[in-house]
Amino acid sequence: MGKRDKLSGNEAVAIAMRQINPGVVAAFPITPSTEVPQYFASFVNDGLVDTEFIPVESEHSAMSASIAASAAGVRTMTATSSNGLSYMYEMLYIASMSRTPVILNCVNRTVSGPLNIHCDHGDSMGARDSGWIQVYSETNQEAYDNLIIGTKVAEDPSVMLPFMNCYDGFITSHSVENIELIDDSDVKKFVGEYEPAHALLKNTCAFGPFDSQLYYYEHKRHQAEGMKNAKAAIIKYSKEFEKITGRKYNLFEEYKLDDAEIALVIIGSSAGTAKFVANRLRDKGIKAGVLKIRAFRPFPFDEIGAVLKNLKAIAVMDKCTSLNDAGGPLFLEVRSALFDQPLHPHTVNYLYGLGGRDVKAGDLESVYMDLIKIIETGETGNVHRYLGLVE
Amino acid sequence: MSNMLEIRWHGRGGQGAKTASLLLAEAAFDTGKYIQGFPEYGPERMGAPITAYNRISDDVITIHSNIYEPDYVVVVDETLIDVVDVAAGAKDTGAIIINSEKEPTDFADKIPNYKGKIYTIDAKKISLETLGRYFPNTPMLGAVVKISGVMPEDTFVEAMEKSFNHKFKTKPTVIAPNMEAVKRALKEVKG
Repeated sequence: MGKRDKLSGNEAVAIAMRQINPGVVAAFPITPSTEVPQYFASFVNDGLVDTEFIPVESEHSAMSASIAASAAGVRTMTATSSNGLSYMYEMLYIASMSRTPVILNCVNRTVSGPLNIHCDHGDSMGARDSGWIQVYSETNQEAYDNLIIGTKVAEDPSVMLPFMNCYDGFITSHSVENIELIDDSDVKKFVGEYEPAHALLKNTCAFGPFDSQLYYYEHKRHQAEGMKNAKAAIIKYSKEFEKITGRKYNLFEEYKLDDAEIALVIIGSSAGTAKFVANRLRDKGIKAGVLKIRAFRPFPFDEIGAVLKNLKAIAVMDKCTSLNDAGGPLFLEVRSALFDQPLHPHTVNYLYGLGGRDVKAGDLESVYMDLIKIIETGETGNVHRYLGLVE
Repeated sequence: MSNMLEIRWHGRGGQGAKTASLLLAEAAFDTGKYIQGFPEYGPERMGAPITAYNRISDDVITIHSNIYEPDYVVVVDETLIDVVDVAAGAKDTGAIIINSEKEPTDFADKIPNYKGKIYTIDAKKISLETLGRYFPNTPMLGAVVKISGVMPEDTFVEAMEKSFNHKFKTKPTVIAPNMEAVKRALKEVKG
C-alpha cells in the first residue's frame, strides 16, 4: 500500500533515491537541484542507504565519476541544473556512448546568461541530442514515479542508455504538494538488482577505448537502436508500474484529446495549468485538450503525429528558446511529425515562461483563444509567437 | 475547482512567511485536502519583501502558477502595506489579515480600493507573551484558519499539536507555548 504524504519535488526524488539505494551517488550542488544530494547525504549519514556518496568538486567530475561507477557495474545517480549540466556536456556524450545507464535528475533551470536561477527547459533541451533518454514531469508525483520507472528503462538490456529525469526548478522542485509514496519494499522489488551483461568488476571488457573509422559509425548505429528501443521499454515499465501503483503513464498524456478541436502541446508543470484552463473552456462548450509530453527522448514521432492529425489547430509550447529563427525544439519536432500525416492542423509555436516568467492560467487561455481565431479565419498567421512577453 | 481556496502571504525575508505557508499546507493536508505551498523565489535577503502562496482544495490541484486573485491575503509585516500593493487582485468576498496591534478600521485608508473585510491580529503580543520571542508565524496561522474557515478549528488545533509534537521532539518545552499561541490567535483576531 502506498503512503499519502506532502513533499516538495526535490524531497520526493531524494526519497525515491533512498528507496532505490544506488551503489554510487556523485554530485555537486547547484540551485535548484542542490536539495537532492543534500537530502540524500543525510540518508547516507543516517545509515538509511549503503550508497558510496562522492561529493565531487565539479559537475564534470560528477558525471565522470558516475560513468566510471556505472561501468564498474553499479547503479549510479546524480542531480544537477542549468550551468551544472552545461559543465557535464563532454561527459554526457561519453555516458551514452559507453552505454552506462547513469540516472541524472535534471531540475530544470535556464542556462546563463544572463544569470537567472529560475525555470525554463534550456538546460536539458540543449542536451537533447546527447543520447540520453529524457522524461519530463508535471508534478512532484511524476518526478518521483519517473525516477523509479526510468531506472528500469535505462538498465533494460535492449536500451542501456543514461536517463535524465527532468522536472521544473522551483515550481516542482520546491513546491509542497500531495504525493503518494510507494512502500520501500515495493520500490526495491520493482527496480530489482542491477545486473549488467558487461561491467569492469564482473568480466573482461573495455569502456571508452579509441573507436576508429572501422567501427565508430556502427557503434553510433547501435546507440540509436538503444534509443529506439527505449520507447518500448518506457511503455513496458510504465505498465508494470501501473500494476503496483494504479498510476498510468505512457509516452505522452492525452488530456481530453478524443473530441478536441484545439490543443496545447506542452511540457512540464505548465501542462497542469493547461489542463485547468482546458476544463474551464470545456465548461463553456469549447473543445479544448492538452497533449503533455512525457518522453522527449526518444521522441514519439509517429504516435504524436497520429494523435494530433485530426485536430483543427494546435499550439506547440516551448519553454526554451532555440535562437534559430525557426522555432523551439518541441515545435520543430511536432510539426515535422505531422508532415507524414494525411491531415495537418494549423500549427503555431509559442515561446513562454523563459527564465521563470510565471505562466498564468489567463496566458494559456489566450493561446486557446488565438487557436479559435485561427480556425474561424482559416489563417494560421504568424507561426512564431511570444506568450507573456512585455513589449 | 470552485471549492479551491487561494491564499497569498506577504512577509519580509526571515519572518517565516514561507514556513507559515508550508505549515498551513501541512495542517490542511492532515484534514484530507489537496494542497500546494510555495514561495515566490526572488533575490532573497533578510528583510526584503517576500511572497508565499497556498492553494487548498477538495479536488486535485493541477494549476501551477502564482496566485493573482487570492481569497485571503495575510500580511505578516504591516510596514509592507506602504511598499507592496497587498490588495492586488484580492477577491472582495475574502479578507486581508494583518499582523498589527491596531484596529482593522485603522487600515481602511491605507488599502482604499479593497472592498473585502480587513482583520488584524496582534501576533507580536501573542508571540512575546507565549513564546517569549517574536515568531509571528504561529499566531498568523491561527488567524487565517479562523477567518477563512478552511478547516474546523478543533481539527486545526489537533493538526498543529501533532505537527509541534513532531517538530519539537527534541525540545518539548516549547510545544505548550506554541499551542497557547495558536489557541489565543483563534480568539484574539479582530475584525
